[in-house]
Amino acid sequence: MPDYALRAQNVTQKFGAFVALEDVSFDLKVGEVHCLAGENGCGKSTLIKVINGVNTPEPGAQISFYDSASAARVSPTDAKRHGVHVIWQDLALFPDLTVAENITFDSFIKAPFASRDTAAKTDRAAQIITRLGVKLDPHAKLSDLSIAKRQLVAICRVLDANARIIFMDEPTASLTRKETQTLLDIVRKLSADGISIVFVSHRLAEVLDVCERVTVLRDGAFVGSYPTEGMTQKKLSTLMTGLDLNEQPRGTESFGETAIEVRGLSCDAEYEDISFSVRRGEILGLTGLMGSGRTEIALSLFGMTQADEGAILIDGKPVNFRNSRDAIAAGVAYVSEDRLNLGLVQSQSIIKNTASTVLDDLAKPSFYLSPKRLSALCTEWITQLKTKVSDPRLPVSSLSGGNQQRIVLAKWLATNPKVLILDAPTVGVDVGAKAGIFEIVRDLAAKGMAIILISDEASEIHTHADRVLILRGGKIHKDLKPATVSEETLEEMINA
Amino acid sequence: MRKLFQGWSGDRIELTAMVAFLALSVLCFAGIAPNFLSVGIFRSMAFQLPELGLLTLAMFIPIIAGGLNLAVTFTANICGLAAAFIVQKFLLENGGLALPIALIVAVLTGLVIGMLVGAMVAYVGAHPILVTLGAMIFLRGLGELLTRGGDISGMPPVFEIIGHGTLFGVPIPMWIFLAAVAVCFYIMQFTKLGFSIHMVGSNPKATLFSGIDVNRVLVWVYGLSGALSGLAGFLMLARFNSVRVGHGESYLLITILACFLAGANPFGGFGRVLPLAVGLISLQVIASGMNLMGASQHLATAAWGGFLILVMILRAPFQSKT
Repeated sequence: MPDYALRAQNVTQKFGAFVALEDVSFDLKVGEVHCLAGENGCGKSTLIKVINGVNTPEPGAQISFYDSASAARVSPTDAKRHGVHVIWQDLALFPDLTVAENITFDSFIKAPFASRDTAAKTDRAAQIITRLGVKLDPHAKLSDLSIAKRQLVAICRVLDANARIIFMDEPTASLTRKETQTLLDIVRKLSADGISIVFVSHRLAEVLDVCERVTVLRDGAFVGSYPTEGMTQKKLSTLMTGLDLNEQPRGTESFGETAIEVRGLSCDAEYEDISFSVRRGEILGLTGLMGSGRTEIALSLFGMTQADEGAILIDGKPVNFRNSRDAIAAGVAYVSEDRLNLGLVQSQSIIKNTASTVLDDLAKPSFYLSPKRLSALCTEWITQLKTKVSDPRLPVSSLSGGNQQRIVLAKWLATNPKVLILDAPTVGVDVGAKAGIFEIVRDLAAKGMAIILISDEASEIHTHADRVLILRGGKIHKDLKPATVSEETLEEMINA
Repeated sequence: MRKLFQGWSGDRIELTAMVAFLALSVLCFAGIAPNFLSVGIFRSMAFQLPELGLLTLAMFIPIIAGGLNLAVTFTANICGLAAAFIVQKFLLENGGLALPIALIVAVLTGLVIGMLVGAMVAYVGAHPILVTLGAMIFLRGLGELLTRGGDISGMPPVFEIIGHGTLFGVPIPMWIFLAAVAVCFYIMQFTKLGFSIHMVGSNPKATLFSGIDVNRVLVWVYGLSGALSGLAGFLMLARFNSVRVGHGESYLLITILACFLAGANPFGGFGRVLPLAVGLISLQVIASGMNLMGASQHLATAAWGGFLILVMILRAPFQSKT
């Protein structure tokens, strides 16, 4: 048995003048869990596509599987023969087929007019499911399953196709902590069976937890391969970004008057008896597991839903928000956790998105919206928030996650809010861009804005919040100063 | 082809394409039909175009808002009917006043019908196709019931001025259409409402989260659509000196075709008024040119459909495939 499942050297890939990969090396031991790390656009996907035969690299590459001779490129047939499979983030499953049909899809597709032999498929699928040791009903329709279960179906599917090298693209991005643990256990199990796994993830903690080695790419260049033993999150993010992100915890700031106060807020089946206040310049962390009520509270503070009981006070005055317009008028801004569907109108221009919250102001004193005023507003905020934009008339979807989030911030800062609610502001944002976002947030706090930071990342809360409320089952479970506990303790408190 | 237009905005390409399309059709017919380039032909086109044109504008705004208004033609009929009823009942003797009052009655009726439809779309949350289909069938039945399937005719002679008169050599209906184009262009391009309509068309939820009153926008969208239909109904009344429910029914799908021909996004959010106006004129040129050559009217319809397909194919290289 050879030691290496895959060895690739001198891999260079150019698209026109753009160099996506430059002289990258990557090797993968048999049965190893290996992490491919790097920021968005660093070349991770391109490398995967070279290895599964989708892309043809520049001449000079040497790629070999197991003990085969090295070749300058991988053909899709080679990739298949050596059992290379990629589970992309969107999973590429069929929502209207059953679990069994999805799992056995590749082996049955070869005979397109064969009868739908359901029993054979179910048997086969059941075997795979048992081998993986998970709970899945072969007869269930895929669209009825949770994302986590679908992920398992995708894994079963590649196992059915005899996968020996599996690439997993951001597999944990939409999983809860518990689901993530289950997935990581399965990954360990597969590796014990001699299957090599390449793990692509933004979440550095789990990378260090499950992987034996990590290969870092930066801007298409090979930074290095390192054992995870002795590697810290901080060191890894420095390698990925090339920046020394030294974020100081909060603690010495002084705060002003109370900007927002919540008294005994309750909403049926969502949250109960929530009371807190945030002063100007203060960053309040709001954390808890999915379904703990964190986003639901935020939606009520933003007027999208109405609480059954309790009061909200802005600058000491009770307010009654019937809708989001009332909340915006009172000085509340809400950066949604769902940037794709709620935070921005992705297909519309950067200018339009930036201006969408302040149409009334821009149109004053009539209803005439001057294109000049729109683009002036946009330019002003792009400059102020150091957003990388080539042309503000382009759709906002053309920007990277970090720059999109800056546009979301811009559109809310344009309303000149007193209270800024940030709901998972760094989802889908690179390590480097995350630091940039928090730099802006802390700067806003320093200028006297009251900030509510919702996050389930203990490190974010620990570093950036002055106070934290841990929610559980819709109630405030703990109210503490993060500086008084360690990050690990905080993490345990959130997940306990 | 992409390279050639590099640095051009999508809107500019659409408008250029529509102008090229118009020039091509004019040149084509000028070549094969020697008497095509005459004042008479253009005048007759300018009399025919406005009804379809106004109904197309009425279709265009809901499409940009991510919907559709299948009730435009029957709204126009009902509005014409309302105007004719008021005129015949109270104003037959009072010539001068009949015209502005008929105009106001038609447009207001359309506005009210449209706003009701808009309220259904906004507050009930039903799909625009369902709501407007219901409204369309309802209005048709209502109109046929009121007119017993016949027509109402006999307007005072002043209606001739609108229906058949000219100003500076250009037919009055054309002036009305051009004014409507100008107003729609202004609303869509330079007002809060137009801005919001584009945003709502792309993603109503994210628009709501930005603090835009999506429901109110939708009520206005269908209100405007209804008012434009009412205006078309008024023009029909003036031109034919009568109203018959079902008149202009065949325009319905043509209005949708014209919107897509001019680059309106079938999923909402994108589309411009100017390419739409230019595209409409081209369609009329094709119809009149063919008519002049003695070709069947049905051939013109086939040509319209063919052009939509052709334009879709030509547009494909400019659309990013995702």
